Amino acid sequence: MHWGGVETWHGRRSLLTLKKVDVVIAGGGWTGLATAKEITTRTALEVVVLERGAARSVSEYSANMDEVDYSIRMRMLQNIAEETLTHRHTIRDTAAPVRQWGHARIGTGTGGGGEHWAGVANRYPADTFVLATALRERFGTAKLPEHLSVQDWAFTWNDIEPYYTRVEEMMGIGGKAGNIQGRKIEGGNIFEGPRSKEYPVGPHRKTGGMAQFETAARQLGYHPYNRPAATLPFDYKNPDGIQRPACAYCGYCAMYGCMIGSKAQPTNLLMPILRRRKSFTLRNGCWVRRIKHQNGRAEGVVYMDSQGQEVFQPADLVVAGAFTPNNVRLLLMSKIGVPYDPLTGQGTLGKNFTHQLSGGADLQLIHKQPMGEGMRAGGQGMSVSDFDGFNGIENETGILRGGTFTGGGGGSGLPIASFGAMPAGAAPRNWGSQWKKATLEYHDRIAGAPTFEAEHLAYKHNYLDLDPTYTDKWGDPLLRTTIDWTEHEQRVRAFAARVSAKMAREMAAVSGAKVIEGGGRGAGRRTGRYQTSAYATSHLHGGAIMGDSPANSVVNSYLQHWHLSNLWVVGASAFPQAGATNPTITSLSITLRACDALINRYLKHPGALA
Amino acid sequence: MKRREFLTIPAHTLGGSLWYSLAGRPSLVSAQQKELRVPLRFFTAVEAQVVTAACDRIFPSDENGPGAKEAAVIIYIDRQLAGPYGRDKYRYTKGPWRESVPEHGNQRPASPRETYRQGLALLGASFADQTAEEQDRRLQAIERTDFFQLLRTQTIEGMFCDPLHGGNAGMIGWQLIGFPGPVMTHHGQSANGSKRPAPRSLEQITGRRVKGWEDEA
Repeated sequence: MHWGGVETWHGRRSLLTLKKVDVVIAGGGWTGLATAKEITTRTALEVVVLERGAARSVSEYSANMDEVDYSIRMRMLQNIAEETLTHRHTIRDTAAPVRQWGHARIGTGTGGGGEHWAGVANRYPADTFVLATALRERFGTAKLPEHLSVQDWAFTWNDIEPYYTRVEEMMGIGGKAGNIQGRKIEGGNIFEGPRSKEYPVGPHRKTGGMAQFETAARQLGYHPYNRPAATLPFDYKNPDGIQRPACAYCGYCAMYGCMIGSKAQPTNLLMPILRRRKSFTLRNGCWVRRIKHQNGRAEGVVYMDSQGQEVFQPADLVVAGAFTPNNVRLLLMSKIGVPYDPLTGQGTLGKNFTHQLSGGADLQLIHKQPMGEGMRAGGQGMSVSDFDGFNGIENETGILRGGTFTGGGGGSGLPIASFGAMPAGAAPRNWGSQWKKATLEYHDRIAGAPTFEAEHLAYKHNYLDLDPTYTDKWGDPLLRTTIDWTEHEQRVRAFAARVSAKMAREMAAVSGAKVIEGGGRGAGRRTGRYQTSAYATSHLHGGAIMGDSPANSVVNSYLQHWHLSNLWVVGASAFPQAGATNPTITSLSITLRACDALINRYLKHPGALA
Repeated sequence: MKRREFLTIPAHTLGGSLWYSLAGRPSLVSAQQKELRVPLRFFTAVEAQVVTAACDRIFPSDENGPGAKEAAVIIYIDRQLAGPYGRDKYRYTKGPWRESVPEHGNQRPASPRETYRQGLALLGASFADQTAEEQDRRLQAIERTDFFQLLRTQTIEGMFCDPLHGGNAGMIGWQLIGFPGPVMTHHGQSANGSKRPAPRSLEQITGRRVKGWEDEA
């Protein structure tokens, strides 16, 4: 059924008003369902979660190990024909819609992106949460770029550490600690913030590529560690009593739901608990379009249900728990808060939109024999944090922050994705007999240089608003992203390419592989400008950021809206800027912190917390 | 109603078992002899022959092993184009359509079906009857078109997809690269020996018929 056009909003059919509930949550992914779990298990409140996508369950995933439908057609994602983002580089340009999935991938259905994620589960470095202060202290305000818009997180490491621990124990993150209560431990990430305890599960085994990276990194004087992952290296029972099996290394991980439930997913960690709660209702196929509000109070949400009926669900408390851009778009469409204006700096809604900076050297490692390690667990890999944050950039000019290098991980071992690589110049063209001979000869023998992931700093000119031209399937405006890389990102990328090349050459010396320039990452990145046509990461942050005052942010440090005290906006839309690595466990940690404040303080004395 | 079009394929050219000599040379063993008449969902018989010939030049059957013909890549492409993907049901197709900067990728309105029909017009109906050298020359001339890029991408997909999608017949593509199928064990691949372990398809592993997205409305 299709109800196009804004006229539906004004009621071509009459609006169906339901009985009021205590809490309504827009979005049934990690943050929405985690909020529902906290509230329904710790209070008597009735919670309704509205999820636009279909119901999903672990049992259906065994029939989904199909590369065409899931990696290529991306069946787990939101149908981009119905809603997408638009993008322009600057306010002087006209935005174009992202017509096919490219730079980022937005999930749908019960569990949201928490079903198809890869399970990389790093914490952010401790100074992430006071980044604006740290940058000022190190460089002085005068030396920072004028267009920088970085802000502190409105809490510090000690506030968030207990929640990281809770998330890691819920998910069963496999890793090795490098800093327990200030004690540095070799083999873990010695640069991480002080942890209260060891990881709940040991790290993944090392593949040949991971071992080569580890040896090479040590020889260069770095401190390699086995990257923490939410794909269980061993069987594990979490504090909620949920038992999951160890990963079987099938290789169908990112873009797939885990068919044995080894990967931490909302469907295997949250839904089994929620399904038993009488106070919990999940409505699939329900597309939230507006938060209704009046006199500084949210009154509920208006949505289209799976039958095309427009419904008003009144509630005492409203939680926006959708994916980052969708949260921001919902606030913009609901006219809650003042949209950010990059010219005047006025307004807060939509500001500090960030992605993730990534890179690596443009070269290939050609191995003598097939590596035989095509099938990996999601998240599996070896990393070094010797260049994280302010580490190791003392002698680099014009670089404010570094990032993390990872080797022996990533890359799909599935047959379509992995086929077709050959050393640059091994055949005259990328089809035909000579290409076929070369690609078969080099199949499973080519590795890329270590990859790089880093903070994307917030800038005054990178922001979110509503697109004036393009609309979704209901006729509502799409979210417009205005964002481009600056000279700073180009410099960080050039620096990362140098370090990555140095590490790749050391890995080649360790393994006896040959290094060939070109053909690796960065090939085809013609301009260095932000692009929506090729996959980067799905790590989108900001737009409804937290801060210490309504003048600089949308929500307070408990993710409560500054102006509507019964509206909470949870997840990575609250990040003032991107962190150094994948955002999932941080997004969930700040959401659990918000839930504690909501349950322990707000419900007892409703009103603004801060 | 549209007349049903069929593609006739000699069965002995499809699938089969791939054996490797000690020197690593592949050879194909096939038990089937009769001809198969495959109903086409999108292409006409003539179009299917042109696409088959073009795919065979992209991934040829040669001394390095079987290619697009043996894997029935044409069946894969025909089904993909007939399904929702071919009609652009999973792409944002609202206007206005405007060319944009290269960083925004494909902003052109042609659906995969239309892209193929445009490409087939470029190649002409006689393409299948030309010599391999002439076919290569003509494909090189259109290398930069959306059609050729799509055809190359889908030839690889059809070579190595799960057989439930119609390509990778007899899992010949998986045999070629030693991929075991969607199995729940670590993929310890061995390039030695005369015969690699037989791969298993999703249907063989789950024991039930799995419907591809192209089979849904």
